[in-house]
This record gives sequence, structure tokens and C-alpha cells, in this order.
Amino acid sequence: MSRRLPRASGYFRTDYVQEQRLLQTRLERVSAVVFGLALIGFPFVASPFQIDLASQVFLASVGALSLMLLTGYAGQISLGHAGLLAAGAFTAGILFKEFGTPFWITLPTAALVGGLLGVVFGLPSLRLRGLYLAVSTLALHFVVVYVGGEYETKRGYSTGIVIDPPSIAGFEIVSPRVWYFVLLAAALLTLLGCINLLRSRTGRAWRAIQSHETVAEALGISISGYKLLAFVISSAITAVAGALFAYYRGFVSIEAFSLFLTIQYVAMIIIGGMGSLLGALLGALFVTIFPYVIESVLGALPGADRYAGVLFAVNYAAFGLVMILFLVFEPLGLVGIWRRIQSWFLLWPFKHRPISGSGR
Amino acid sequence: MQLAVNIVVLASIYALIACGYVLIYRVSRVLNLAHGELMMLGAYLLLAVASTFVFNAVTAIAAALVLSLAVGVLVYVFLMRKMTGEMVLAAILTTIALGIFLRGLIVIIWSAQQQYPGQALALANPAIVLPGGGRISMFAALLVIATAVVYGALFIFLRFGRWGVRMRAAGQSPLLAAQRGINLHSVYALAWGLSTLTGSLAGMLIALDSGLTGTMVIIGLKAFPAALVGGLDSLVGALVGALIIAAAEISLIHYVDPLLSDVVPFLVLIVMLVFRPWGLFGTREELDRV
Repeated sequence: MSRRLPRASGYFRTDYVQEQRLLQTRLERVSAVVFGLALIGFPFVASPFQIDLASQVFLASVGALSLMLLTGYAGQISLGHAGLLAAGAFTAGILFKEFGTPFWITLPTAALVGGLLGVVFGLPSLRLRGLYLAVSTLALHFVVVYVGGEYETKRGYSTGIVIDPPSIAGFEIVSPRVWYFVLLAAALLTLLGCINLLRSRTGRAWRAIQSHETVAEALGISISGYKLLAFVISSAITAVAGALFAYYRGFVSIEAFSLFLTIQYVAMIIIGGMGSLLGALLGALFVTIFPYVIESVLGALPGADRYAGVLFAVNYAAFGLVMILFLVFEPLGLVGIWRRIQSWFLLWPFKHRPISGSGR
Repeated sequence: MQLAVNIVVLASIYALIACGYVLIYRVSRVLNLAHGELMMLGAYLLLAVASTFVFNAVTAIAAALVLSLAVGVLVYVFLMRKMTGEMVLAAILTTIALGIFLRGLIVIIWSAQQQYPGQALALANPAIVLPGGGRISMFAALLVIATAVVYGALFIFLRFGRWGVRMRAAGQSPLLAAQRGINLHSVYALAWGLSTLTGSLAGMLIALDSGLTGTMVIIGLKAFPAALVGGLDSLVGALVGALIIAAAEISLIHYVDPLLSDVVPFLVLIVMLVFRPWGLFGTREELDRV
């Protein structure tokens, strides 16, 4: 992970407590505090639009992190994540509409439904690999979306389900600023959970499976168990993200969970950089902000109103192009660029790392 | 009777599209998820040709087919060539990204409105009454014939053609094929070209039959289960798979629920993946090669 090249001067741990710290050096601690303060201060200076954007980024981060666990670490391809988001959102929507349940029940239920679906999504992975696995999750995506659409039409909510904002002890979460903090907390919790999961036995087992299944099995790792676990955990987190999305928008419609959404999430982990949690965050940021950047760039061009009608098409084309460029020219993603910058500074004035004895 | 006619028409649509998936997969082990978009691009190329010079329908279609062949080759040369030897996921994602790019590009150029290349070419689309009481539109009948012709031609080409043999060799073992002096890049480029060509032919005929919008992509995506059910590396499999998917889809729509239309192919696909992931006619070792 990011600890691959600790510090240029060398950092030697002397006991287990030091080893287990998340932030190991003073620079890391200081920058984390500064970054945290910036995150807390942000909604008090930003415009409502920017706050909404940031909230979307946090929401996307949760989904991207969970997908990164599955694809980037456990090595299982999933093209069905929009289906899982839809499942979470619809669990929240249906529970609210049919039973009026409060959100501290719907969120865990969404996680439960997501986990169960994760078993279903994961079962093919026990027999299939690579391409065929991707295809089976893709197929399941269509099934979930169909079931959601069926519910909408059969119950007469063909335009979508409206959900009231969640309330805690009589206090309703409506204002964007409060939502910002709720979603920030969700993203942070997911991040912490993922970090800790990955440095535990489970995370090591996943990485072993990703590197070489046969060897992993020879090491005594239960392949099917850990594969299913990866699917279950990833799906549960994704479903919670879906439920949060439903509450945040106050509205659920199956239209929102198209195949394009799946592709966006996959793009997040590709553009961010495979096999890195930081990558998932960067990717979520990039992919969420990208359409707005395109929009403002187009708006700045002469003859802006001429493009207004085809804005979404320009978005599509530009998104596809960026994805292609990353896949072809920078397969390591944004994290790859970041690491290169980092090591350029760390190694200066040298260009390359010494071949051996670099303390890895 | 009408039901049978519908099944045959849908099956030939799926079969004609699915052979594009099979061609590319068989030769280069890449799953081309941009096939639906490439097919749609072919249909729009027909529209472009038809609106610039309306000689007659046959010339226009031929010109559009040549263009789509060129598009397929260009896609390989400029994009997929760089992905040779990369992870499976990376190659699939590149085709998905290409698909998104094309979808946006098509709307930018031709707008998202429904278009009728049939009108642009001043072609009528009369319904033909078959013996037995079924009705079929002219272009649908043409599509069935085209599918038969394309499959016949592909069988002959792959069995006896010099390049066809090269394609099969490259599919079986790229390393040995290259050592025998086969230029892999031109073989792959040819596969992409042919696949786009057959897909475009399907796209054009569907567009002539029932108009042209961005939703055509979904047909392309639904043809993919047909290819997989039959076995991704088998042309016969694609035919049989198309027939199975089409029969399941039409009869379920007819007897159960029209909303099922988009999901049936994928349900069949899941069942297939659980019991026989390599498809009806596919090679079993496939699974471990991926």
C-alpha cells in the first residue's frame, strides 16, 4: 500500500503499537489534521452547489471503496454494482413506503439485503473467472433492475418513489450542510473499515487469492469462503451507499441505476488506480466532478447555447475518451501519477530507486 | 404461426449480431462490449451515405458496409492493438469505454431523434404474407436471408479461405501462428473489420425495418447472451444460442409479461453460466485460459 516507500530517511518501528498506527509520522498526523479541518470548514465557506458536489463525492467514495475491495484487492470483477446500489436504494424506498420504517432500521436492512445479494452475485465466482464472472454480474445487474422496475410499475410508482428525509430524535436531516457531515462520516467510516479490513487476516487472504488462487489455497486459505466474503462485504457496503443515496435525493427511480452507473463506478477504480484505497477516493472525486467540469468548459466556449442540447452526449463522449486514455496510457491511474510525483521528490536528485536494499 | 415468424426474425437478428462477438472472441480472446455501438454506428453510416448521395439503395448499403469495415479495422489499429497482452478486465473496459465514446459521438453528430434511413433512401417496407398466415416485413425477411448468407459465407471463409485458416490458427495458438509467419496484427484487424461489418449489416437492416435511435444499443447487448449461450468461440453455437434466446424471449413476452423483454436473455445467460459456463458448443478449456 502507501507504506511501500515509507520515508526517504528511513523509519524504524520498535514496537507493535507503532506498527499498528494508521498515521505513523508527524508529517502524516499534521497533514491529516489540516485536511480534516479543511473538510470540516468547507461547508461553511462553500456555496450550496459545491456542498452538494462534495456530498456526491463522499457518496461515490463509499461505492468506489467497496468496489475497490472486491476488484482491486480480492481480484473479483463485478459489472453489477449499479444493481447493488439499486437494491439498497429500493430496500430503503420500499421499507419506507410500505411500512414507514425509520432509517436506522432501513440502513441495516439494506446492508442485509446487499449482503444476501452479494452471496448470489458471488456464487458464480466460485466456478467462473475473469470474463465470465464479469458477464454473470452484468446479467444479475439486469435482473435486479428488472425486479425494481417491476415493483415500480406494479405498485403504481412508475415515476419513482418519494422518500421523506430521515430523522434522528425528532431532528430531520434536510439541510445540505448536515447531509455533508452525514455523508462525510459515512465515507470516513467506510475508509477506516476498509483500511483495517485490508491489514487483517481477511485482507491478506484476499490479496493472496488475487495474486494466485492455487498458491493461496495451498496456504490454507478457503478460496470459496473468502471470495464469497469479499462479495458479501462489498455488496453490503454498496447497498448502504444506495440507501444513503435514496435518502439524500429523497427519491428513488430505477432510471438512475443504468448500466452507465456501473461503468462509472468501474471507471472510478480504473481512473483512480487499481489496488489502492486512495485510488478509489481520487477516482470517485474525478468521475463525480468530471461532468461539471465538461459543462463549465463547454459553457466557456463560444456558442455555448449551441451545445446545450447535446451536453449529455458531449459528457458521454468525453468520459469514454478519458477512460480510454487512462486505460491505454496510465493503467495505474491517478495513484500512479501521484506515486511518481512522490518518488520524484523523495529520490531527488536521483532518478531511480536503488535496485536492492531499499528497505522494502 | 406469427409467433414462429417472430422467433425466426428475432433469432436471425441476434445471430447476425452475435457472430460479431464470436469472430473477435474466437480470434483474439477479447470480448467486445462495444459491439452494440459499432453496429449502431454502421446504421448511422448508412444514414449519412443515404443523405449525401442517393444513388440507389444497394450502392448506399455497399458503401456503408465498406465504411464500417474500415471503422472496425481502425478501431483495432488505433485502440485494441495497444491492449494486446493486457489484463482481461482492461481489454473489456477499453471496449466499454469505446462504446460510451461512440454513443456520445453519435448523438453529437446525428442527434438523439428517431431517424428513418428507409425514407432517406426512398424505400418502401411492405409486409409480405407468408403461406400459413404469418406476416413479415420485407426488411425482416431480408434480414433472415442476410443472416443465412453471412453465416454460409463465414463457414466457407473460415474453412477454406486462406485468411480464414489463418484466423482459426491465430485463435488456437497465437504463438505458434506467429511462428508460422502469420501476421497476427492483420489477422486481428481483419477479425475486427469483419465483426463490425456483420454487426453493421444487422444494424442497417434493423434501422431500415423499424427506424433508428440510440436504443439500438440494447439490441446489441441482448445479442451477447446468444453468443455466450452457444459458446463464445463457436459460430454454430451463436446460431443455436440466438434461436434459444429468441424463442425464450418471444414466448415469455407473449405468454407472461412484455416487461420481461430486456431481462430474459440475461436470465437464460445466468442459467447457462451456472450449469455450462463454456456454452453449448464452446471449448471447455476456455475457462482457464481467460
